[in-house]
Amino acid sequence: MDHALSEEVVEQVARPGRLREFWFYFRENRGAVFGLWVFAAFVFIAIFAPLIAPYDPAIQFRAHALQPPVWQEGGSWQFVLGTDPLGRDMLSRLLNGARYSFYVGIVVVTVAASGGILIGLLAGFAPRWLDALIMRLMDIILAFPSLLLALVLVAILGPSLTNAMIAIAIVLQPHYVRLTRASVLGELGKDYVTSARVAGAGLWRLMFVTVLPNCLAPIIVQAALSFSTAILDAAALGFLGMGAQPPTPEWGTMLAEAREFILRAWWVVTLPGLAILVTVLAINLMGDGLRDAFDPKLKRS
Amino acid sequence: MTAPVAVASGLTRHYSVKEGLFSKPQTVRALSDLDFTLHPGKTLAVVGESGCGKSTLARLVTMIEPPTSGALELGGKPATPDRWADLRGAVQIVFQDPYGSLNPRQRIGQILSEPLKINRPDMKAADREARAREMLELVGLRPEHYDRYPHMFSGGQRQRIAIGRALMMNPAVLVLDEPVSALDVSIQSAILNLLLDLQEKLDLAYLFISHDLSVVRHIADDIIVMYLGRAIETGTKAQVFAHPMHPYAKALLSATPQADPGGKRNRIKLEGELPSPLADLPGCPFAPRCWKTQDKCRTDRPPLMGDTHRAACWFPE
Repeated sequence: MDHALSEEVVEQVARPGRLREFWFYFRENRGAVFGLWVFAAFVFIAIFAPLIAPYDPAIQFRAHALQPPVWQEGGSWQFVLGTDPLGRDMLSRLLNGARYSFYVGIVVVTVAASGGILIGLLAGFAPRWLDALIMRLMDIILAFPSLLLALVLVAILGPSLTNAMIAIAIVLQPHYVRLTRASVLGELGKDYVTSARVAGAGLWRLMFVTVLPNCLAPIIVQAALSFSTAILDAAALGFLGMGAQPPTPEWGTMLAEAREFILRAWWVVTLPGLAILVTVLAINLMGDGLRDAFDPKLKRS
Repeated sequence: MTAPVAVASGLTRHYSVKEGLFSKPQTVRALSDLDFTLHPGKTLAVVGESGCGKSTLARLVTMIEPPTSGALELGGKPATPDRWADLRGAVQIVFQDPYGSLNPRQRIGQILSEPLKINRPDMKAADREARAREMLELVGLRPEHYDRYPHMFSGGQRQRIAIGRALMMNPAVLVLDEPVSALDVSIQSAILNLLLDLQEKLDLAYLFISHDLSVVRHIADDIIVMYLGRAIETGTKAQVFAHPMHPYAKALLSATPQADPGGKRNRIKLEGELPSPLADLPGCPFAPRCWKTQDKCRTDRPPLMGDTHRAACWFPE
């Protein structure tokens, strides 16, 4: 037999582990690495907020209401980022707010993605009528402006952070369904699926072992992006008074409370907004890097 | 001659296509009334232009789809849909495009051992791996390829992997759906030689689907020439190549490129297009394009006539 064909540079290096390989490709994207570090910092803050924060986020220092940050005239090291109209320490509230945002992000993405992937797979493999039924239902959900639909759902369920998360998850789900179904249909026509069929793979195996892993790249990007969408939407609902209720130090709710001081005390509005911006941006950057690293077609041999 | 490993009789597959919401569904006769027998160690080549039902045949023989009518017997057992699961190991397939036929998310080792994992759940993981490594060597790849992903391989190497995967279950029949037409000519010959080696070693029966007659000449024992879902000429390689009886087979053979550029070529150019498979012509399907057509051809469909070398033509050469 012709070994000339299978011949290549002899390399005796052991194959790097999966994680190292992943890191190798992820590292190539500078923005993604930056996003990852920021994200890691936020996760750290979210977990250890009560230990890092100088004060309890609900304690009111009435004597120091609306004190500016330390670098501005009238600020002091006692309240590094200033205080809000009720005299609560901004830094402590922002740090604790990270907890809520990540809680929202993780729960919403998990619920929306797992439900969406399952329904999408089902639609891709289902007979035509069931597929059409599922997709039209998703189209109906998508036809509503997402925030409006979330608002309606929260109005029905009652305003609370949990209900806001449920509403956001329902609103985000159709994106996963469509994405999964589209990639499933694309993959189903390929020969490797047929050959798995010829090898006798059952429906479950085809769905979850053969096809699903090949559809994951766009879903992971979508998950990362909708993590930030979830945070944004939760903040928006909070801002509208339909999400987390005061005195919860949720970023959107903080924005809403501080609205009237926009001209007098810039820090009460700018800082929560900045926190949302940085988090969302970091997650989006990371999502792009994840996609590149997960796609074997972008790897070099 | 040894007992046949696969016998097809009257294999037919129709598809119904619906064009509009209110139009009546129409029938595409992808494959009509095909008979063949596969013997161990022999290669049956199916040739014909695109759209003649070659790939449909592959789908029926590999039990991806049930035939509309007709019967397929594998190793003496009828292959009806309720027994497919038991017969999976008997027939495997190698596809044309080696880039689409390997799961890009699986390492070569996983790809090779998947058929065993599905069909022999009792087998130990270590045994599966040993078998996969053995197969890697059998198809001319190297042990270190075991842990690599498909995208790290060239087309020829991928096709070797695809052949290896098909052989993991020790099939009696291998359906080769244009296995070399996506490869470079230099690699084509390497893969064909590999296939011939394997056939000799494992006593495999090949159903070799191709439109490339020079490849068929190299590998086939028997030939079926198909046109519009029907067999129009069958016979041994020598018979068909030396003396094609059906005008279509003759035209097809005349279209093979020749190595001698100065040599005389009697290329027969066919007029017209392949008729739509939707139309069920009463006469010979080739009649509209044939230069020998007479009234009888348009009204009566010729059956396959002859003893070993058969052709479906009223006026064979």
